[in-house]
Amino acid sequence: MKTQSEKERWERETLEPFLKRSPERRERFITVSNEEIGRLYTPEDIKDLDYERDLGYPGEYPYTRGVYPTMYRGRLWTMRQFAGFGGPEETNQRFKYLLKEGQTGLSTAFDMPTLMGLDSDHPLADGEVGVEGVAVDTLRDFEILFDGIPLDQVSTSFTINPSAPVIYAMYIAIGDQQGVPREKLRGTIQNDMLKEFIAQKEWVVPPRPSVDLIVDVFEFGIRETPKFNLISISGYHIREAGSTAVQELAFTLADGMAYVEAALQRGLDLDALAPQLSFFFNSHNSFFEEIAKFRAARRIWARALRERYGAKNPESWKLRFHTQTAGCTLTEQQPLNNIIRVTIQALAAVLGGTQSLHTNSYDEALALPTEEAVRIALRTQQIIAYESGVADTIDPLAGSYFVEALTNEIERKALEYIRKIERLGNGSILEGVFRGIEQGFFQREIAQAAYEYQKQVESGEQIIVGVNKYTIPKEQDQKVPTLKIDPEVQRRQIERLKRVRQERDARAVERALARLEEAARQRQNTMPYILEAVKAYASVGEIMEVLKKVHGAYREPAMV
Amino acid sequence: MNRPIRVLMAKAGLDGHDRGVKVVARALRDAGMEVIYTGLHNTPEQVIKAALQEDVDVIGLSILSGAHLTIFRKLTELMKQYGMDDVLLLGGGIIPDEDKPILEAMGVKGLFGPGTSTQEIVEFIRREVQKLRAVGV
Repeated sequence: MKTQSEKERWERETLEPFLKRSPERRERFITVSNEEIGRLYTPEDIKDLDYERDLGYPGEYPYTRGVYPTMYRGRLWTMRQFAGFGGPEETNQRFKYLLKEGQTGLSTAFDMPTLMGLDSDHPLADGEVGVEGVAVDTLRDFEILFDGIPLDQVSTSFTINPSAPVIYAMYIAIGDQQGVPREKLRGTIQNDMLKEFIAQKEWVVPPRPSVDLIVDVFEFGIRETPKFNLISISGYHIREAGSTAVQELAFTLADGMAYVEAALQRGLDLDALAPQLSFFFNSHNSFFEEIAKFRAARRIWARALRERYGAKNPESWKLRFHTQTAGCTLTEQQPLNNIIRVTIQALAAVLGGTQSLHTNSYDEALALPTEEAVRIALRTQQIIAYESGVADTIDPLAGSYFVEALTNEIERKALEYIRKIERLGNGSILEGVFRGIEQGFFQREIAQAAYEYQKQVESGEQIIVGVNKYTIPKEQDQKVPTLKIDPEVQRRQIERLKRVRQERDARAVERALARLEEAARQRQNTMPYILEAVKAYASVGEIMEVLKKVHGAYREPAMV
Repeated sequence: MNRPIRVLMAKAGLDGHDRGVKVVARALRDAGMEVIYTGLHNTPEQVIKAALQEDVDVIGLSILSGAHLTIFRKLTELMKQYGMDDVLLLGGGIIPDEDKPILEAMGVKGLFGPGTSTQEIVEFIRREVQKLRAVGV
């Protein structure tokens, strides 16, 4: 109580007379998520914080301070730049370049047709083949993509969702070809359909069968590839779609709990599965809010897994996550400024204890990044890691009145949302998430937040340097070279797909696809059949078409 | 002459980036326009069909997949085919500078990239629709 009265005295004697002479810069100080930030935080703001209960020690429950006992003193985070464009040949070259430059893990971006489960020769794919990422139709493309890259020595992440089971099967097939035992395969498939329906909007079949397919991957993966992350439960895209930090956290963790409930319904062993679940968050501009979000995420997840779902294995309680800096903060105007934005966001991710990090390239508001821009983005991480010293002690901001108060506040607000979702599902978070998607709850909340933010930008309450302040005429703005995808890629990709279709054993493909259809109809695990089809060189489009035939195609009701 | 401006906001192509299109749709609505949103993943044919059915003054097409040249080419060809020269065609999304003259030559009247204020779009539409209507009468 002494602090309280002392603070009041300070306000009365020192602050108020000062404010009269010299008012503050604005009436309200807010984060990018419209959270009001106080003038000063003191012990009073964290008087209920119990160190052992709420923070604990790194590598121990509830993991607020980090999931490993030594954190970056032991091993730095994985520097993992997302890459993919053109055909598998071009992306294979970029992968090799990144490994040579000191990157420690690969991360694959696919083009839109592959993401949506369409082959390169599908009419809707016209103009999109190899444009936003690498085009993959059959196992033949994966053989080129991983040519000269030993799968027992790198871990590879795949940003892919509706067609994730097919891509996962292709990776296993390449491992089999290289003679790498499946239990040695390391990597991640995103495989998170709930956030697709909520925010990123890439889908094939409706939500419920989509989750069934994910649980198929879980069931297969626990047994076959125990070192592989079978899902990356993602808030990144929710945030990019315009959500607040709290919404990103709450919706992502609710999705995670929904997958846990779906797996439990299937009868899977939670302590076998949970260590193979991983997360993926956004790191946005409001520096402290982001750090608090990462710390709160670990605490909420640990408590939910242990207390709500009864996981016994400490490995199950640990929320491990990948971070990407916020693409939506990159500006087309004065693009070099983006390097500084990315640096601040990357620093927040590191201070928040991320396990791996992608830093965006400064030219990505204009096009896919050039090699030079990617190198600067990677160097940003290396400078933080080796020069700044922030990686040398664990969770350095713990105990800050502000950071701890903000961590508590974000946790409280996220739990409120999660309870709301639970009520929507009458006690089941899985059902609550399904209903939330069906009723457009998540979509509306996010669109509303995005609109509020836009209004704040236009009124000048939120400042974006170079956009609504400190602007320069367009003619004077820096020209940056952008990467162009040669339309030749589409022709070459379709050519190769045709050739594979001619050369493969057509009967084997037909048989494998028929068996997959039967398994899907009988509600058997589809993974072994998808793997068989992949090995017979069935295409992504052909396999996804079978699932669409069984489960129907999803179309979102249009809502603003 | 005084009927409210009707706008079709559309997403074509395979990408699901709908943050911008939804923000703009809300802003146009708040500015008194009638806004119809198509939802995601439309073909150019579907966009044209909706525009004709809804008798709109403006089509705002959002693309962030990099397929803008292919999709706008198809769309503008269809607009010519259906004699829609009184409809204002606008584009939003990530469009590299060097592609802008190509799109303008096809008949795209305004391109709005990241960082554009919604007010700028509202004013642009009001001005251009007035011109088109003046020609029409």
